[in-house]
Amino acid sequence: MQYIALIYSTPGEGPQPETPEWGPFMQGYMDATEVYKKDGVMVAGEPLHGTDQATSVRVRGGKTETMDGPFAETKEALGGFYIFDCDNLDAAIKYAAMIPTAAYGTIEVRPIMDMSGAS
Amino acid sequence: MSDAPNLTATIELTATIEKLARDDRGRLLSGLIANLSNFDLAEEALATAFESALIHWRRSGIPDNPQGWLLRVARRKAIDHIRRKSRFQDYHPELARLAHEDEMDANQTASEIPDRRLELIFTCCHPALDAKSRVALTLRTLGGLTTAEIARAYLDKETTMGQRLTRAKLKIETAKIPFEVPGREHWAERLGSVLSVIYLIFNEGYSASSGDAALRRELCEEAIYLVRLLDQLCPDEPEIMGLLSLMLTTHARRNARQSAAGTTIGLADQDRGLWDNLMVQDGLAVLDRAMALAVPGAYQIKAAISALHGSASVSARTDWDQIALLYARLLHYEPTAVVRLNRAVATAQTGNIDQALDEIDQLATELKDYQPLYAARAEFLARKGDVSAAIQAYDNAILRTGNLSDREFLKSRRAQLLN
Repeated sequence: MQYIALIYSTPGEGPQPETPEWGPFMQGYMDATEVYKKDGVMVAGEPLHGTDQATSVRVRGGKTETMDGPFAETKEALGGFYIFDCDNLDAAIKYAAMIPTAAYGTIEVRPIMDMSGAS
Repeated sequence: MSDAPNLTATIELTATIEKLARDDRGRLLSGLIANLSNFDLAEEALATAFESALIHWRRSGIPDNPQGWLLRVARRKAIDHIRRKSRFQDYHPELARLAHEDEMDANQTASEIPDRRLELIFTCCHPALDAKSRVALTLRTLGGLTTAEIARAYLDKETTMGQRLTRAKLKIETAKIPFEVPGREHWAERLGSVLSVIYLIFNEGYSASSGDAALRRELCEEAIYLVRLLDQLCPDEPEIMGLLSLMLTTHARRNARQSAAGTTIGLADQDRGLWDNLMVQDGLAVLDRAMALAVPGAYQIKAAISALHGSASVSARTDWDQIALLYARLLHYEPTAVVRLNRAVATAQTGNIDQALDEIDQLATELKDYQPLYAARAEFLARKGDVSAAIQAYDNAILRTGNLSDREFLKSRRAQLLN
Protein backbone atom coordinates (compact mmCIF):
# COMPACT_ATOMS: atom_id res chain seq x y z
CA MET A 1 0.00 0.00 0.00
CA GLN A 2 1.44 3.38 -0.99
CA TYR A 3 0.91 6.65 0.81
CA ILE A 4 2.01 10.14 -0.08
CA ALA A 5 3.05 12.41 2.76
CA LEU A 6 2.52 16.02 1.68
CA ILE A 7 4.62 18.41 3.71
CA TYR A 8 2.87 21.70 4.44
CA SER A 9 4.24 24.65 6.36
CA THR A 10 3.95 28.40 6.52
CA PRO A 11 6.88 30.02 4.68
CA GLY A 12 9.05 31.87 7.18
CA GLU A 13 8.09 29.63 10.10
CA GLY A 14 10.36 26.97 11.52
CA PRO A 15 14.15 26.77 10.94
CA GLN A 16 15.37 29.08 8.17
CA PRO A 17 18.48 28.78 5.95
CA GLU A 18 21.61 30.48 7.29
CA THR A 19 20.51 30.18 10.91
CA PRO A 20 22.09 27.83 13.47
CA GLU A 21 18.89 25.74 13.49
CA TRP A 22 19.11 24.97 9.79
CA GLY A 23 21.92 22.40 9.94
CA PRO A 24 20.32 20.11 12.53
CA PHE A 25 16.98 20.50 10.72
CA MET A 26 18.44 19.28 7.41
CA GLN A 27 20.27 16.53 9.28
CA GLY A 28 16.84 15.52 10.62
CA TYR A 29 15.63 15.06 7.05
CA MET A 30 18.67 12.98 6.17
CA ASP A 31 18.21 10.81 9.26
CA ALA A 32 14.52 10.27 8.51
CA THR A 33 15.28 9.36 4.89
CA GLU A 34 17.88 6.85 6.16
CA VAL A 35 15.24 5.20 8.35
CA TYR A 36 12.79 5.00 5.43
CA LYS A 37 15.43 3.35 3.26
CA LYS A 38 16.55 0.99 6.00
CA ASP A 39 12.93 -0.05 6.68
CA GLY A 40 12.33 -0.53 2.96
CA VAL A 41 9.40 1.87 2.78
CA MET A 42 10.99 4.69 0.74
CA VAL A 43 9.51 5.01 -2.73
CA ALA A 44 10.32 8.67 -3.38
CA GLY A 45 10.81 11.94 -1.60
CA GLU A 46 11.70 15.39 -2.87
CA PRO A 47 11.74 18.94 -1.58
CA LEU A 48 10.11 21.63 -3.71
CA HIS A 49 11.20 25.18 -4.48
CA GLY A 50 9.06 27.87 -2.89
CA THR A 51 5.65 28.95 -4.15
CA ASP A 52 7.29 32.11 -5.56
CA GLN A 53 8.76 29.77 -8.16
CA ALA A 54 5.40 28.19 -8.96
CA THR A 55 3.59 28.47 -12.27
CA SER A 56 -0.05 27.49 -12.62
CA VAL A 57 -1.24 26.13 -15.91
CA ARG A 58 -4.72 25.44 -17.20
CA VAL A 59 -6.29 24.78 -20.56
CA ARG A 60 -9.55 26.55 -21.33
CA GLY A 61 -11.23 26.27 -24.72
CA GLY A 62 -8.16 24.57 -26.07
CA LYS A 63 -5.97 27.49 -25.05
CA THR A 64 -3.19 27.16 -22.52
CA GLU A 65 -3.34 29.80 -19.80
CA THR A 66 -0.21 30.28 -17.74
CA MET A 67 -0.12 32.21 -14.48
CA ASP A 68 2.51 33.10 -11.95
CA GLY A 69 2.06 31.66 -8.49
CA PRO A 70 0.46 28.67 -6.80
CA PHE A 71 -3.03 27.39 -7.57
CA ALA A 72 -4.41 28.10 -4.12
CA GLU A 73 -3.46 31.16 -2.11
CA THR A 74 -3.13 29.71 1.36
CA LYS A 75 -0.96 30.51 4.34
CA GLU A 76 0.50 27.02 4.38
CA ALA A 77 2.32 25.89 1.27
CA LEU A 78 3.34 22.49 -0.04
CA GLY A 79 7.08 22.26 0.53
CA GLY A 80 7.84 18.69 -0.46
CA PHE A 81 6.68 15.11 -0.25
CA TYR A 82 7.57 11.53 0.47
CA ILE A 83 5.97 8.41 -0.92
CA PHE A 84 6.01 5.43 1.42
CA ASP A 85 5.19 1.84 0.66
CA CYS A 86 4.05 0.33 3.94
CA ASP A 87 1.49 -2.00 5.49
CA ASN A 88 -1.19 0.34 6.70
CA LEU A 89 -2.15 3.83 7.81
CA ASP A 90 -0.61 3.41 11.26
CA ALA A 91 2.77 2.67 9.68
CA ALA A 92 2.38 5.64 7.31
CA ILE A 93 1.51 7.90 10.26
CA LYS A 94 4.58 6.67 12.14
CA TYR A 95 6.87 7.54 9.22
CA ALA A 96 5.11 10.85 8.54
CA ALA A 97 5.65 11.86 12.16
CA MET A 98 9.43 11.48 11.64
CA ILE A 99 9.47 14.27 9.03
CA PRO A 100 11.14 17.22 10.79
CA THR A 101 8.58 19.70 9.43
CA ALA A 102 5.86 17.79 11.34
CA ALA A 103 7.11 19.63 14.44
CA TYR A 104 5.78 22.98 13.23
CA GLY A 105 3.87 22.40 9.99
CA THR A 106 1.39 19.70 9.00
CA ILE A 107 1.93 16.48 7.09
CA GLU A 108 -1.08 15.36 5.09
CA VAL A 109 -1.07 11.60 4.54
CA ARG A 110 -3.11 10.32 1.61
CA PRO A 111 -3.41 6.78 0.25
CA ILE A 112 -2.31 6.54 -3.38
CA MET A 113 -4.82 4.90 -5.69
CA ASP A 114 -3.64 1.61 -7.03
CA MET A 115 -4.25 1.75 -10.78
CA SER A 116 -2.21 -1.34 -11.58
CA GLY A 117 -5.35 -3.49 -11.93
CA ALA A 118 -7.18 -0.98 -14.13
CA SER A 119 -7.56 -1.81 -17.78
CA MET B 1 -54.94 -27.12 18.28
CA SER B 2 -51.72 -28.49 16.90
CA ASP B 3 -50.64 -24.90 16.29
CA ALA B 4 -50.18 -24.13 19.97
CA PRO B 5 -46.83 -25.89 20.56
CA ASN B 6 -45.66 -24.44 17.26
CA LEU B 7 -46.45 -20.95 18.41
CA THR B 8 -44.59 -21.49 21.68
CA ALA B 9 -41.62 -22.85 19.75
CA THR B 10 -41.64 -19.82 17.46
CA ILE B 11 -41.74 -17.44 20.41
CA GLU B 12 -38.89 -19.30 22.07
CA LEU B 13 -36.89 -19.33 18.87
CA THR B 14 -37.41 -15.61 18.33
CA ALA B 15 -36.34 -14.94 21.92
CA THR B 16 -33.20 -17.06 21.47
CA ILE B 17 -32.27 -15.25 18.30
CA GLU B 18 -32.92 -11.86 19.87
CA LYS B 19 -30.71 -12.82 22.80
CA LEU B 20 -27.96 -13.94 20.45
CA ALA B 21 -28.26 -10.70 18.51
CA ARG B 22 -27.93 -8.72 21.72
CA ASP B 23 -25.19 -10.71 23.43
CA ASP B 24 -23.10 -12.03 20.57
CA ARG B 25 -23.55 -9.72 17.61
CA GLY B 26 -20.53 -7.55 18.42
CA ARG B 27 -18.27 -10.52 18.91
CA LEU B 28 -19.44 -12.31 15.77
CA LEU B 29 -19.18 -9.11 13.75
CA SER B 30 -15.65 -8.47 15.02
CA GLY B 31 -14.61 -11.96 13.91
CA LEU B 32 -16.18 -11.48 10.49
CA ILE B 33 -14.57 -8.08 9.96
CA ALA B 34 -11.21 -9.61 10.88
CA ASN B 35 -11.85 -12.31 8.28
CA LEU B 36 -13.29 -10.17 5.51
CA SER B 37 -11.55 -6.80 6.05
CA ASN B 38 -14.82 -5.24 5.00
CA PHE B 39 -17.28 -3.71 7.46
CA ASP B 40 -20.27 -3.53 5.14
CA LEU B 41 -19.89 -7.05 3.83
CA ALA B 42 -19.49 -8.37 7.38
CA GLU B 43 -22.59 -6.52 8.61
CA GLU B 44 -24.70 -7.67 5.68
CA ALA B 45 -23.53 -11.25 5.91
CA LEU B 46 -24.25 -11.40 9.62
CA ALA B 47 -27.71 -9.89 9.17
CA THR B 48 -28.45 -12.51 6.49
CA ALA B 49 -27.18 -15.26 8.79
CA PHE B 50 -29.58 -14.14 11.52
CA GLU B 51 -32.43 -14.19 8.99
CA SER B 52 -31.48 -17.70 7.87
CA ALA B 53 -31.35 -18.84 11.48
CA LEU B 54 -34.99 -17.96 11.92
CA ILE B 55 -35.94 -20.16 8.97
CA HIS B 56 -33.54 -23.07 9.50
CA TRP B 57 -33.77 -23.38 13.24
CA ARG B 58 -37.55 -23.49 13.06
CA ARG B 59 -37.24 -26.55 10.85
CA SER B 60 -34.31 -28.37 12.38
CA GLY B 61 -34.08 -26.93 15.89
CA ILE B 62 -31.51 -24.70 17.51
CA PRO B 63 -28.01 -26.09 16.86
CA ASP B 64 -25.71 -27.03 19.74
CA ASN B 65 -23.43 -24.16 18.90
CA PRO B 66 -25.62 -21.34 17.59
CA GLN B 67 -22.78 -18.77 17.55
CA GLY B 68 -20.60 -21.06 15.46
CA TRP B 69 -23.54 -21.75 13.15
CA LEU B 70 -24.13 -18.01 12.64
CA LEU B 71 -20.46 -17.31 12.01
CA ARG B 72 -20.17 -20.12 9.49
CA VAL B 73 -23.34 -19.19 7.64
CA ALA B 74 -22.33 -15.51 7.58
CA ARG B 75 -18.91 -16.39 6.22
CA ARG B 76 -20.44 -18.56 3.49
CA LYS B 77 -22.82 -15.76 2.56
CA ALA B 78 -19.84 -13.47 2.25
CA ILE B 79 -17.93 -15.99 0.12
CA ASP B 80 -20.97 -16.28 -2.16
CA HIS B 81 -21.15 -12.52 -2.40
CA ILE B 82 -17.47 -12.17 -3.34
CA ARG B 83 -17.80 -14.98 -5.88
CA ARG B 84 -20.83 -13.42 -7.53
CA LYS B 85 -19.14 -10.08 -7.79
CA SER B 86 -15.86 -11.29 -9.21
CA ARG B 87 -15.30 -12.35 -12.79
CA PHE B 88 -14.87 -16.06 -12.56
CA GLN B 89 -11.51 -16.21 -14.30
CA ASP B 90 -10.02 -14.02 -11.56
CA TYR B 91 -7.95 -15.88 -9.06
CA HIS B 92 -9.08 -14.94 -5.60
CA PRO B 93 -6.58 -15.75 -2.87
CA GLU B 94 -9.11 -14.21 -0.47
CA LEU B 95 -11.69 -16.85 -1.32
CA ALA B 96 -9.24 -19.67 -0.87
CA ARG B 97 -8.24 -18.30 2.53
CA LEU B 98 -11.84 -17.85 3.63
CA ALA B 99 -12.83 -21.33 2.50
CA HIS B 100 -9.87 -22.74 4.40
CA GLU B 101 -10.79 -20.89 7.57
CA ASP B 102 -14.31 -22.11 7.12
CA GLU B 103 -13.12 -25.72 7.22
CA MET B 104 -10.85 -25.08 10.16
CA ASP B 105 -13.64 -23.54 12.21
CA ALA B 106 -16.30 -26.09 11.37
CA ASN B 107 -16.15 -27.76 14.77
CA GLN B 108 -15.37 -24.75 16.87
CA THR B 109 -17.33 -24.39 20.09
CA ALA B 110 -18.78 -21.03 21.10
CA SER B 111 -15.93 -20.17 23.46
CA GLU B 112 -13.35 -20.97 20.80
CA ILE B 113 -14.72 -18.41 18.37
CA PRO B 114 -12.01 -15.76 18.39
CA ASP B 115 -13.02 -12.52 20.04
CA ARG B 116 -11.80 -9.58 17.94
CA ARG B 117 -13.82 -6.88 19.66
CA LEU B 118 -10.76 -5.16 21.07
CA GLU B 119 -9.35 -4.72 17.57
CA LEU B 120 -12.77 -3.52 16.49
CA ILE B 121 -12.94 -0.89 19.25
CA PHE B 122 -9.51 0.45 18.41
CA THR B 123 -10.33 0.58 14.71
CA CYS B 124 -13.66 2.34 15.23
CA CYS B 125 -12.00 4.87 17.57
CA HIS B 126 -8.96 5.47 15.37
CA PRO B 127 -7.89 9.13 15.57
CA ALA B 128 -7.73 9.28 11.76
CA LEU B 129 -11.56 9.25 11.81
CA ASP B 130 -13.43 12.35 12.85
CA ALA B 131 -14.84 12.40 16.37
CA LYS B 132 -18.51 12.07 15.50
CA SER B 133 -17.83 9.18 13.12
CA ARG B 134 -15.92 7.36 15.84
CA VAL B 135 -18.90 7.63 18.14
CA ALA B 136 -21.36 6.53 15.47
CA LEU B 137 -19.24 3.63 14.29
CA THR B 138 -18.64 2.37 17.82
CA LEU B 139 -22.35 2.50 18.65
CA ARG B 140 -23.22 0.78 15.38
CA THR B 141 -20.71 -2.07 15.47
CA LEU B 142 -20.14 -2.74 19.17
CA GLY B 143 -23.23 -1.26 20.71
CA GLY B 144 -26.64 -2.51 19.82
CA LEU B 145 -27.84 0.64 18.10
CA THR B 146 -29.24 0.87 14.60
CA THR B 147 -28.34 3.71 12.26
CA ALA B 148 -31.82 5.17 12.85
CA GLU B 149 -31.32 5.14 16.62
CA ILE B 150 -27.89 6.75 16.40
CA ALA B 151 -29.33 9.41 14.10
CA ARG B 152 -32.10 10.08 16.60
CA ALA B 153 -29.69 10.27 19.52
CA TYR B 154 -27.55 12.83 17.71
CA LEU B 155 -30.46 14.70 16.11
CA ASP B 156 -29.29 13.87 12.62
CA LYS B 157 -31.31 12.67 9.68
CA GLU B 158 -31.01 8.94 9.20
CA THR B 159 -29.61 9.43 5.70
CA THR B 160 -26.98 11.87 7.01
CA MET B 161 -25.94 9.41 9.69
CA GLY B 162 -25.91 6.60 7.14
CA GLN B 163 -23.61 8.62 4.91
CA ARG B 164 -21.36 9.41 7.84
CA LEU B 165 -21.03 5.71 8.63
CA THR B 166 -20.41 4.85 4.98
CA ARG B 167 -17.70 7.51 4.70
CA ALA B 168 -15.98 6.26 7.84
CA LYS B 169 -16.05 2.64 6.68
CA LEU B 170 -14.75 3.68 3.29
CA LYS B 171 -11.83 5.48 4.89
CA ILE B 172 -10.99 2.46 7.03
CA GLU B 173 -10.88 0.38 3.88
CA THR B 174 -9.24 2.80 1.46
CA ALA B 175 -6.66 4.37 3.74
CA LYS B 176 -6.17 0.94 5.33
CA ILE B 177 -6.68 1.73 8.98
CA PRO B 178 -5.37 -1.50 10.49
CA PHE B 179 -7.62 -3.92 12.34
CA GLU B 180 -5.33 -4.42 15.29
CA VAL B 181 -4.60 -3.50 18.86
CA PRO B 182 -1.98 -0.71 18.89
CA GLY B 183 1.48 -1.43 20.18
CA ARG B 184 3.00 -0.18 23.42
CA GLU B 185 4.36 3.07 21.99
CA HIS B 186 0.93 4.28 20.87
CA TRP B 187 -1.09 2.59 23.57
CA ALA B 188 -1.71 5.60 25.80
CA GLU B 189 -2.77 7.88 22.95
CA ARG B 190 -4.98 5.31 21.28
CA LEU B 191 -6.58 4.14 24.52
CA GLY B 192 -7.23 7.81 25.28
CA SER B 193 -9.12 8.09 22.00
CA VAL B 194 -11.22 5.00 22.80
CA LEU B 195 -12.04 6.23 26.30
CA SER B 196 -12.97 9.69 25.08
CA VAL B 197 -15.36 8.19 22.51
CA ILE B 198 -17.07 6.17 25.22
CA TYR B 199 -17.19 9.17 27.55
CA LEU B 200 -18.71 11.26 24.75
CA ILE B 201 -21.43 8.65 24.31
CA PHE B 202 -22.11 8.71 28.05
CA ASN B 203 -22.20 12.48 28.24
CA GLU B 204 -24.50 12.73 25.27
CA GLY B 205 -26.88 10.47 27.15
CA TYR B 206 -26.35 12.20 30.47
CA SER B 207 -26.55 15.82 29.52
CA ALA B 208 -28.20 15.95 26.11
CA SER B 209 -29.85 19.30 25.68
CA SER B 210 -32.85 17.74 24.04
CA GLY B 211 -34.22 14.49 22.70
CA ASP B 212 -35.95 11.41 23.92
CA ALA B 213 -35.32 10.51 27.58
CA ALA B 214 -35.42 6.73 27.10
CA LEU B 215 -32.93 6.92 24.27
CA ARG B 216 -30.62 9.09 26.36
CA ARG B 217 -30.69 6.53 29.16
CA GLU B 218 -29.90 3.87 26.60
CA LEU B 219 -26.82 5.83 25.50
CA CYS B 220 -25.55 5.91 29.10
CA GLU B 221 -26.11 2.19 29.43
CA GLU B 222 -24.39 1.54 26.09
CA ALA B 223 -21.39 3.53 27.29
CA ILE B 224 -21.24 1.55 30.54
CA TYR B 225 -21.56 -1.69 28.59
CA LEU B 226 -18.71 -0.63 26.27
CA VAL B 227 -16.32 0.34 29.02
CA ARG B 228 -17.12 -2.86 30.94
CA LEU B 229 -16.33 -4.79 27.81
CA LEU B 230 -13.07 -2.88 27.45
CA ASP B 231 -12.26 -3.63 31.09
CA GLN B 232 -12.75 -7.35 30.42
CA LEU B 233 -10.72 -7.28 27.23
CA CYS B 234 -7.78 -5.39 28.74
CA PRO B 235 -7.73 -5.98 32.45
CA ASP B 236 -5.42 -3.99 34.74
CA GLU B 237 -5.78 -0.72 32.83
CA PRO B 238 -6.51 1.73 35.66
CA GLU B 239 -7.88 4.46 33.39
CA ILE B 240 -10.47 2.08 31.93
CA MET B 241 -11.55 1.29 35.49
CA GLY B 242 -11.49 4.99 36.31
CA LEU B 243 -13.91 5.75 33.50
CA LEU B 244 -16.13 2.80 34.42
CA SER B 245 -16.25 3.93 38.04
CA LEU B 246 -16.97 7.53 37.04
CA MET B 247 -19.87 6.49 34.83
CA LEU B 248 -21.33 4.11 37.41
CA THR B 249 -21.35 6.59 40.28
CA THR B 250 -22.74 9.28 37.96
CA HIS B 251 -25.42 7.09 36.38
CA ALA B 252 -26.43 5.90 39.85
CA ARG B 253 -27.95 9.35 40.38
CA ARG B 254 -30.12 9.19 37.25
CA ASN B 255 -33.46 8.89 39.12
CA ALA B 256 -32.70 11.80 41.42
CA ARG B 257 -31.50 14.34 38.86
CA GLN B 258 -34.84 15.56 37.65
CA SER B 259 -38.11 16.42 39.32
CA ALA B 260 -41.36 14.90 38.08
CA ALA B 261 -41.86 18.13 36.13
CA GLY B 262 -38.50 17.64 34.42
CA THR B 263 -36.54 20.33 36.24
CA THR B 264 -32.87 19.59 36.95
CA ILE B 265 -32.17 18.98 40.63
CA GLY B 266 -28.70 20.02 41.81
CA LEU B 267 -26.54 17.50 43.62
CA ALA B 268 -27.08 19.23 46.98
CA ASP B 269 -30.86 18.97 46.76
CA GLN B 270 -31.17 15.47 45.37
CA ASP B 271 -33.07 12.83 47.32
CA ARG B 272 -30.21 10.45 48.09
CA GLY B 273 -32.73 7.70 48.68
CA LEU B 274 -33.33 7.71 44.93
CA TRP B 275 -29.70 6.98 44.17
CA ASP B 276 -28.97 3.50 42.91
CA ASN B 277 -26.91 2.34 45.85
CA LEU B 278 -25.86 -0.92 44.30
CA MET B 279 -24.46 0.93 41.34
CA VAL B 280 -22.63 3.38 43.62
CA GLN B 281 -21.07 0.44 45.49
CA ASP B 282 -20.11 -1.18 42.21
CA GLY B 283 -18.47 2.07 41.10
CA LEU B 284 -16.55 2.42 44.37
CA ALA B 285 -15.31 -1.17 44.14
CA VAL B 286 -14.05 -0.59 40.60
CA LEU B 287 -12.26 2.56 41.74
CA ASP B 288 -10.58 0.63 44.56
CA ARG B 289 -9.38 -1.88 42.02
CA ALA B 290 -7.95 0.96 39.89
CA MET B 291 -6.24 2.73 42.79
CA ALA B 292 -4.57 -0.53 43.84
CA LEU B 293 -2.59 -0.38 40.59
CA ALA B 294 -1.12 2.97 41.68
CA VAL B 295 -0.98 4.58 38.23
CA PRO B 296 -3.06 7.73 38.52
CA GLY B 297 -4.85 9.36 35.61
CA ALA B 298 -7.54 11.89 34.76
CA TYR B 299 -10.50 9.49 34.71
CA GLN B 300 -9.52 8.01 38.06
CA ILE B 301 -9.40 11.48 39.58
CA LYS B 302 -12.81 12.34 38.12
CA ALA B 303 -14.10 9.02 39.44
CA ALA B 304 -12.71 9.83 42.88
CA ILE B 305 -14.49 13.19 42.82
CA SER B 306 -17.74 11.56 41.79
CA ALA B 307 -17.21 8.90 44.48
CA LEU B 308 -16.81 11.56 47.17
CA HIS B 309 -20.13 13.05 46.09
CA GLY B 310 -21.75 9.66 45.92
CA SER B 311 -20.57 8.33 49.24
CA ALA B 312 -21.67 11.27 51.41
CA SER B 313 -24.87 10.23 53.16
CA VAL B 314 -26.10 13.82 53.21
CA SER B 315 -24.99 16.69 51.03
CA ALA B 316 -23.63 18.67 54.01
CA ARG B 317 -21.15 15.86 54.75
CA THR B 318 -19.51 16.08 51.33
CA ASP B 319 -15.75 16.31 51.71
CA TRP B 320 -15.19 19.53 49.76
CA ASP B 321 -11.57 19.97 50.90
CA GLN B 322 -10.71 16.65 49.34
CA ILE B 323 -12.69 17.49 46.20
CA ALA B 324 -10.88 20.84 45.81
CA LEU B 325 -7.55 19.00 46.12
CA LEU B 326 -8.58 16.45 43.51
CA TYR B 327 -9.55 19.19 41.06
CA ALA B 328 -6.16 20.78 41.64
CA ARG B 329 -4.57 17.43 40.74
CA LEU B 330 -6.82 17.06 37.72
CA LEU B 331 -5.43 20.37 36.47
CA HIS B 332 -2.08 18.64 35.91
CA TYR B 333 -3.72 16.31 33.40
CA GLU B 334 -6.29 18.70 31.97
CA PRO B 335 -5.23 22.31 32.40
CA THR B 336 -8.54 23.66 31.12
CA ALA B 337 -10.74 26.54 32.15
CA VAL B 338 -13.62 24.17 32.93
CA VAL B 339 -11.51 22.23 35.43
CA ARG B 340 -10.42 25.52 37.03
CA LEU B 341 -14.07 26.52 37.31
CA ASN B 342 -14.88 23.24 39.02
CA ARG B 343 -12.01 23.74 41.41
CA ALA B 344 -13.34 27.23 42.16
CA VAL B 345 -16.76 25.76 42.94
CA ALA B 346 -15.20 23.27 45.34
CA THR B 347 -13.15 26.08 46.92
CA ALA B 348 -16.34 28.06 47.51
CA GLN B 349 -17.91 25.04 49.19
CA THR B 350 -15.00 24.91 51.63
CA GLY B 351 -15.95 28.45 52.67
CA ASN B 352 -13.60 30.56 50.56
CA ILE B 353 -16.28 32.30 48.53
CA ASP B 354 -14.20 35.42 47.76
CA GLN B 355 -11.31 33.34 46.46
CA ALA B 356 -13.72 31.34 44.29
CA LEU B 357 -15.35 34.48 42.87
CA ASP B 358 -11.89 35.86 42.03
CA GLU B 359 -11.04 32.72 40.13
CA ILE B 360 -14.40 32.76 38.33
CA ASP B 361 -13.83 36.36 37.24
CA GLN B 362 -10.45 35.39 35.81
CA LEU B 363 -12.18 32.74 33.70
CA ALA B 364 -14.95 35.05 32.52
CA THR B 365 -13.44 35.79 29.09
CA GLU B 366 -12.43 32.26 28.29
CA LEU B 367 -15.78 30.81 29.34
CA LYS B 368 -17.95 33.71 28.31
CA ASP B 369 -20.62 31.45 26.79
CA TYR B 370 -20.45 28.70 29.39
CA GLN B 371 -23.68 28.52 31.37
CA PRO B 372 -22.23 26.84 34.50
CA LEU B 373 -19.84 29.76 35.01
CA TYR B 374 -22.74 32.20 35.42
CA ALA B 375 -24.76 29.73 37.48
CA ALA B 376 -21.83 29.27 39.88
CA ARG B 377 -21.23 33.00 40.05
CA ALA B 378 -24.90 33.62 40.77
CA GLU B 379 -24.92 31.02 43.51
CA PHE B 380 -21.90 32.49 45.29
CA LEU B 381 -23.02 36.10 44.93
CA ALA B 382 -26.35 35.09 46.43
CA ARG B 383 -24.59 33.45 49.36
CA LYS B 384 -22.70 36.68 49.95
CA GLY B 385 -26.02 38.49 49.95
CA ASP B 386 -25.35 40.47 46.76
CA VAL B 387 -28.86 39.84 45.41
CA SER B 388 -28.88 42.21 42.44
CA ALA B 389 -25.55 40.96 41.07
CA ALA B 390 -26.72 37.37 41.63
CA ILE B 391 -29.92 37.99 39.69
CA GLN B 392 -27.95 39.46 36.84
CA ALA B 393 -25.70 36.39 36.81
CA TYR B 394 -28.75 34.08 36.79
CA ASP B 395 -30.11 36.02 33.82
CA ASN B 396 -26.81 35.48 32.04
CA ALA B 397 -26.90 31.77 32.84
CA ILE B 398 -30.52 31.39 31.70
CA LEU B 399 -29.65 33.13 28.45
CA ARG B 400 -26.97 30.52 27.76
CA THR B 401 -28.77 27.29 28.43
CA GLY B 402 -30.39 25.31 25.62
CA ASN B 403 -31.59 22.65 28.02
CA LEU B 404 -35.16 23.05 29.21
CA SER B 405 -34.75 21.31 32.57
CA ASP B 406 -31.62 23.33 33.37
CA ARG B 407 -33.45 26.52 32.47
CA GLU B 408 -36.30 25.65 34.84
CA PHE B 409 -33.75 24.97 37.58
CA LEU B 410 -32.02 28.32 37.09
CA LYS B 411 -35.32 30.18 36.94
CA SER B 412 -36.46 28.67 40.23
CA ARG B 413 -33.16 29.63 41.91
CA ARG B 414 -33.57 33.16 40.61
CA ALA B 415 -37.16 33.31 41.84
CA GLN B 416 -36.08 32.21 45.33
CA LEU B 417 -33.84 35.26 45.56
CA LEU B 418 -36.74 37.61 44.91
CA ASN B 419 -38.78 36.23 47.81
